[in-house]
Amino acid sequence: MDITIPILILAIPLFMFLFLGLAGVKMSHKLAGTLGTLGMGTVLVLSYYTAFTYYFSGNPLFIDGTDRLQYEVFNVTWLQFTDFLSIKLGFLLDPISAMMLVVIPTISFMVHVYSLGYMHGEKGFQRYYAFLSLFSFSMLGLVVATNIFQMYIFWELVGASSFLLIGFFYTLPSAVAACKKAFIVTRFADLGFLLGILILSFYTKQLDFLPMTQNPQGVFASFGGATFMGASVLTWALVLIFTGGMGKSAMLPLHIWLPDAMEGPTPVSALIHAATMVVAGVYLVARLFPLYMLENAALMFITVVGAVTAFYAAIVACTQIDIKRILAFSTISQIAFMMVSLGVAAHNNEAIHHGLGYMASMFHLFTHAMFKALLFLGAGALIHAVHSNNYTAMGGLRKYMPVTHITFLIGCLAIAGIPPFAGFWSKDEILVACFENHWFWGAWMMMVAAMTAFYMFRMYFLVFWWDNPDYEARVKEAEAHGHHAAMPHDPSFPMLFPLVFLAAVSTVCGLIPFGQLVTFDGSEYIAHLNLPVAGASVAIAVIAIFFARHLYINKNDNPKAMADKVRWLWEAAHHRFYWDEIYLFITRRIIFDGICKPIAWFDRHVIDGTMNGLAYITNQASVAIKGFQSGKVQMYIWWYLIGAVVLGLITAVCIL
Amino acid sequence: MDITLIWYLVPALVMFCCGVYGFLTRRNMIAMLISLELMLNAVDINFVVFNRYLYPGSMEGWMFTLFGIAIAAAETALAIAIIINLFRVSKNIDVRDTTKMKY
Amino acid sequence: MESVGSIICYWIIVLAIVIFSILTVTTRKILRAATYLLFTLFATAALYFKLDYEFLGTVQIAVYAGGIVVLFVFSILLTTRPGDNSEQLASRKKLLGVIGALAVAGAAGWALCSRCSDIFTSLPAMQNPDMKEIGTALLGSGYQQYLLPFEAVSVLLLACIIGGVVIARKR
Repeated sequence: MDITIPILILAIPLFMFLFLGLAGVKMSHKLAGTLGTLGMGTVLVLSYYTAFTYYFSGNPLFIDGTDRLQYEVFNVTWLQFTDFLSIKLGFLLDPISAMMLVVIPTISFMVHVYSLGYMHGEKGFQRYYAFLSLFSFSMLGLVVATNIFQMYIFWELVGASSFLLIGFFYTLPSAVAACKKAFIVTRFADLGFLLGILILSFYTKQLDFLPMTQNPQGVFASFGGATFMGASVLTWALVLIFTGGMGKSAMLPLHIWLPDAMEGPTPVSALIHAATMVVAGVYLVARLFPLYMLENAALMFITVVGAVTAFYAAIVACTQIDIKRILAFSTISQIAFMMVSLGVAAHNNEAIHHGLGYMASMFHLFTHAMFKALLFLGAGALIHAVHSNNYTAMGGLRKYMPVTHITFLIGCLAIAGIPPFAGFWSKDEILVACFENHWFWGAWMMMVAAMTAFYMFRMYFLVFWWDNPDYEARVKEAEAHGHHAAMPHDPSFPMLFPLVFLAAVSTVCGLIPFGQLVTFDGSEYIAHLNLPVAGASVAIAVIAIFFARHLYINKNDNPKAMADKVRWLWEAAHHRFYWDEIYLFITRRIIFDGICKPIAWFDRHVIDGTMNGLAYITNQASVAIKGFQSGKVQMYIWWYLIGAVVLGLITAVCIL
Repeated sequence: MDITLIWYLVPALVMFCCGVYGFLTRRNMIAMLISLELMLNAVDINFVVFNRYLYPGSMEGWMFTLFGIAIAAAETALAIAIIINLFRVSKNIDVRDTTKMKY
Repeated sequence: MESVGSIICYWIIVLAIVIFSILTVTTRKILRAATYLLFTLFATAALYFKLDYEFLGTVQIAVYAGGIVVLFVFSILLTTRPGDNSEQLASRKKLLGVIGALAVAGAAGWALCSRCSDIFTSLPAMQNPDMKEIGTALLGSGYQQYLLPFEAVSVLLLACIIGGVVIARKR
């Protein structure tokens, strides 16, 4: 296959980043935005072309009968360390990377267009587009990586872009704190990732994906049954690699950065922290799935972490006030869904039900990207309209912002899992996969799905129904204070177009026969509708929606009364079960006060003290003996005489 | 009673020690020069005596003394010139006043 | 076997040397120190005469006793008023001087005593070097002949004259 187009897919965003970053200050906002969007549009077209070529062209490189093949477009050696250890850079085309080649440019392009309207007039507009291009480049490089080290490189690049974009409003202390937190937490998780890479590559003697995933028994054999503290070393390697994924995908307990990352601009939250970067962890596990299948313990770890995280995030989302935080916890919960789906997909090195969990996880990744981006962009439109993140400033907006209302409703229906919207199909398959593994996981995830429906519609009703505040009075008051304000209204075309497009996609993309496109081993999977599970999930989702409607459609005191009955639980959930406080305690009290301060004291007083002491002694010694150079000639002569006598005696005794 | 070598060396040693004492203790610069002359003189005696007793046929010992006397004269002349210059500056020739070259 | 007169001469010379050296360095009047130095130098010349080195003794008297001491006296008269006494020395300084002198004496004495065999040789017979021999030795350039030191000393004296004039001229 011709390598020009894959290289262009990666090169165009990189070039746009450099160009906009270096020359952006000289450009007008409009030019920078247009250039960035055009670049992303080009990448969109090229990526669609590549993906469709992969899926539908029938080229024998890509498909053998009905089995899809993994194909390396190119793989060049970049750094050669030893004979078998080298870092390569390449482009891998296989079912999941082609799928991501559709998802990432779509969402990125929508965000580029949306930002033309949302970030209009912001200082640093050109810098924003440069960073968006950098992020797109990094994410695309991550998904097409041919070896684990290339993925790690782009992993870090994605983390850096996220840092830059969260801290975009760098004059705000909260934004600076948030971007630092995101970077540090993910970097800390990447320590585990790196350890996993090192262990894995040490035993398998390579870093490339294809030799490892196409020959899992060989990998298993190369570990030679080594164990460490009761678990096999392969399990350790896989679990450590997964901790990197935990950090990036905000699984408990490394989830603390994602709610704070909402300090960044809303389109950034849509792109990075909903649709693309946070799924990198899921993508990593999917990429190494044949290896994960070998170890039950690793899969169980993934399942447990995912399940606990999903439940935790769902509870916390029920009590948040900031709509972006609600969406952030919803993201955490949905990604946990994907992780659980991967975790239950196999047992004892056998894919359960033809790898349904894997396929469902990837399907949910696709649909979730679409409707979560839609929800975030919709939230952006709401925030733009009322100039506040909290739903307390909103209410009854369905009259003022009809298009936003409909698209947001579509998004909420999709995430709640109501047919025929996209979320139903993917979530239903996840639930089937869970039930196929063990009824407990099925029941657990069903409960979380119900809570998902509940909190999403709580938000929907609180924003669009609930109350009818007097917006006119608010506008008049703002004008009196000299701020420019307007009645809440539907956003302008650049912001509206992505909403409508993503809503349309969320409606129909559930009908894509995903099993023919993406499965864990390339073979075709025909999905059937499992009526009991589907019926049960739709039923409880509808019940949850009606419960939320009962509580929140009109302003009343029931929610407050219910919260007061379990005040302690409500407060704990509102404070996100105090995870931030625990981390702050550990870092401030234990690490800083207990470890760092003594070390700093030691460094300052003992080590520096020694050096200062040496200098002081030298100084004092020199002051003490400077009297020798007194200028008195007779003293000089006296010392000279004594020295000569001593030397003469020594000579006489030792030599003569 | 033979006058042996050591009978001459001991007075030379005494003269040298007096020169050392005078050089270290005298305050007048010219007195220091005088002590220096004493030391040089003692060394000259040593050379001559060794030559006479141990190598009577050769001339090296007392030739050295000859040249030593010449050099002592030259050096004394120059030292006195310097002392006179110093006297012009500080109006006395006390060695305690020449202590500027110190820390 | 030395003759009695020789021994008496020896003792006079040695006593003169010792006494006048001590007096030179302990007197408080500077002009007296110069005078005592003169007498010490005369005694040294007598010593050279006793050892059959007449030329050297002559040179000693002419240059050392005659030239240098006169130079000293001139400089003393130029820089001090006669009658000036130097002050009493601090006892610490005297102690240092004594220690220095004794150190030298001890070291040299020990060195002498560890060479016991050589220092007890008697006076051998010698032919006094005559002037012709001295002249050829001073102006000859062969082995054991001293033309080069002679010329060097003359250059040194030249430098010394010029230097002295330059340093001590009136501004």
